Amino acid sequence: MTRHSPAMPAVHAPKPKRRNLLADLVRSREATLFVVLIALVAATAAVKPEFLNLQNLRDVLLNVSIIGLLTAGMTVVMLMRHIDLSVASVVGVSAYSVGSLFVMFPHMPIAVAMLAGITIGLAIGAVNGTLITFGRVPSLVATLSTLYIVRGADYAWVHGGQINATSLPDAFSRIATGSLLGLPNLVLIAVVVLFAMGVYLKQYRGGREHYAIGSNPEAARLAGIRVERRVMIGFLLSGAIAGLAGVLWLARFGTVEASTAKGIELQVVAAAVVGSVAITGGVGTILGATLGALVLGVINIALVVLRVSPFWQQAIQGALIVAAITLDTLLARSVARRMMRKRDHG
Amino acid sequence: MGNNNPPRLELRHASKSFGRVRALGDGSLALWPGEVHALLGENGAGKSTLVKLLAGVYQPDAGELLVDGQARTFANPAEARDAGLAVIYQEPTLFADLSIAENIYMGRQPRDRIGRIRYDEMNREVDALLQSLGVNLRAERLVRGLSIADQQVVEIAKALSLNANVLIMDEPTAALSLTEVERLFSIVRALRERDAAILFITHRLDEVFALTQRLTIMRDGLKVFDAMTADMTIDSIVSKMVGRDLDTFYPKADVAPGEVRLSVRNLTRDGVFKNVSFEVRAGEIVALAGLVGAGRSEVARAIFGIDHVDAGEVHIAGKPLQLGRPQAAVRAGLALVPEDRRAQGLALELSIARNASLTVLGRLVKHGLISSRSENTLAADWGKRLRLKASDLDAPVGTLSGGNQQKVVLGKWLATGPKVLIIDEPTRGIDVGAKAEVYRTLAELVREGMAVLMISSELPEVLGMADRILVMHEGRISADIARADANEERVMSAALGASPSLLGKAA
Repeated sequence: MTRHSPAMPAVHAPKPKRRNLLADLVRSREATLFVVLIALVAATAAVKPEFLNLQNLRDVLLNVSIIGLLTAGMTVVMLMRHIDLSVASVVGVSAYSVGSLFVMFPHMPIAVAMLAGITIGLAIGAVNGTLITFGRVPSLVATLSTLYIVRGADYAWVHGGQINATSLPDAFSRIATGSLLGLPNLVLIAVVVLFAMGVYLKQYRGGREHYAIGSNPEAARLAGIRVERRVMIGFLLSGAIAGLAGVLWLARFGTVEASTAKGIELQVVAAAVVGSVAITGGVGTILGATLGALVLGVINIALVVLRVSPFWQQAIQGALIVAAITLDTLLARSVARRMMRKRDHG
Repeated sequence: MGNNNPPRLELRHASKSFGRVRALGDGSLALWPGEVHALLGENGAGKSTLVKLLAGVYQPDAGELLVDGQARTFANPAEARDAGLAVIYQEPTLFADLSIAENIYMGRQPRDRIGRIRYDEMNREVDALLQSLGVNLRAERLVRGLSIADQQVVEIAKALSLNANVLIMDEPTAALSLTEVERLFSIVRALRERDAAILFITHRLDEVFALTQRLTIMRDGLKVFDAMTADMTIDSIVSKMVGRDLDTFYPKADVAPGEVRLSVRNLTRDGVFKNVSFEVRAGEIVALAGLVGAGRSEVARAIFGIDHVDAGEVHIAGKPLQLGRPQAAVRAGLALVPEDRRAQGLALELSIARNASLTVLGRLVKHGLISSRSENTLAADWGKRLRLKASDLDAPVGTLSGGNQQKVVLGKWLATGPKVLIIDEPTRGIDVGAKAEVYRTLAELVREGMAVLMISSELPEVLGMADRILVMHEGRISADIARADANEERVMSAALGASPSLLGKAA
């Protein structure tokens, strides 16, 4: 029974591995998404050259900015194996509230308007976070209820009313219409926020904790992470971003009512999933989520340009989500199989 | 070896109970720096409880814990970690989606002036750490896809980066291949040279002699012996691990075995068990003994058709059984009472009557609907036979005690009128009174001509109830011992894989 020979070479020097650029590119989901995005634009432009006009691109960017912001908030929550379905209602109520504030105080500064929207979002995010961390309500149930409660309260309050672009000051409308270096201000705002979120998730301890919690909640607790606090922060972030998105929505469309932004929570989840944010937590980046939102946004406009019926547009979106998830699962499985083989032979 | 100084870690007369179950009666242990210390004992001897006391997962009911001679208490795992203790469990707890470096530094990553994580510095340090351990892993690699052995290395690296000077390894080699064990050993030896104190729990006696300097043996929640490893032999270790009076509450029925009911030929599942062959006759209890992980439950699951097999055949009462289909096994007259009854044997929210009738719903159907009256009659009938203590058959099974839950599972399977009963760990987690009743029930069943295959980790139970004992070691049957020749030493030696020559001396 001499299983353990005493003479063991204790040190195997790690071999320096050369980076294979192509392999990295294939492995990176962001790169894949980027290629898909370019292919989509190129294919549509090949069929309908008029697709590539400035107005279309501007529309895509403006639409995607708002959905992209919401997707970033959703990403933080989904990283921790949670979901926030209430975002659409938050956008709706924030847009209408800020609109009413402008009706009451026409000279309200834009910064105050944004703060008001963010505060509303924070409040609803706090309710979600409290239900989930202290009430131990599953996030799907908790945010589904706040989705309905907030939307219901919105209907009761608005009572068929409407805010029109004429009630909004010009300075405010310029968020959507004005531009800097050719990029609409609204898009610039979104880029700044998305960039900040990306830095937070990648570069800060707190950001990494979102990943740790979704990857292995038990290990996160053992590593001394305050899980409840971090989950709460995630829902506050998601709520605040949804509040801000509501203000931007008001600036972009001018006209808001009680049913504003209804149903977009599923578009947001779809964008995150297409952007390879794992619904099972622990995996995903802001860049990926934003590219997911862009791909879905481009497809929407492309389908319109190609004169596909709106019913088919939805079906195609659904098919895309299934394809994205299937691809993810297949990739994960093939990686696992490769690892097993390596273990058996090595 | 540094015996003038206080031990780095010492546990004195610690005890721990869970409800009425006493998991640890008197646990003592002393770890000195620069030694690898083996902790040995049968399944259920209290090793895991002792480890969890050291790790701060549990708090002792009584006893003392000393670190470098100072009395300490650990309210939670973080306090134990801060005192320099690190536990490496058999299944590491890591973040699969994050890199090795992030796993090691989670919550304490190096930061720059504005709080950003310094990945370059973190990766550099982890690379140096991994290299000092002599492993070919890179800091930036994701943990997902690493083998268990590599994950253990990451846990060890984490312990080192936390400046842990006590490492507790709970059966680290159980899931490793031979080369992986070699690598782990060279790492452990290197740590020992750095004056770390290492507690090494294992079932493999050859590893004790290859690696450790000192050993502590536990039995029934008590420390029974400690010595320098060099002064011991396999025989002396085995005899210290077992050796107690046989309890007398086993109502073994003397039944002359009848025809062969269950015949298993060359059953093989690659990497799990190999060439398993045996027979069970009517009126006979055959025990399948061995250590946890030897492949016993897996054999039972394969016979029942839950897991697929790579080779071999099974006959029930002379007829070949189609493997891989549990329904076919039930129809052929096979019943399996699983090891983990809460997860595999019961629907805890459903009523007693509903649970008891789950296997025979087809017989209770009237006009396409299930008749709840016949369901209740059936449950009441079996409840009486098994002396089930339940006031209301409509109560959820989850409200019953462990012993009574086991009876419901048993009743559920006996209702199918099986020819062969496979029962996995029949008395795990139930109190002594309920145990006696389970034994009585088994004895009655055998008297009525049932063939029973009993998987058990409890030696007294095996010796007390079985007509024959099959012992498994690492996926093979290593011994077939008749009741008359059976004693604890023989079973234990076979379970530990000791060679027959040593076995002769032990007996």
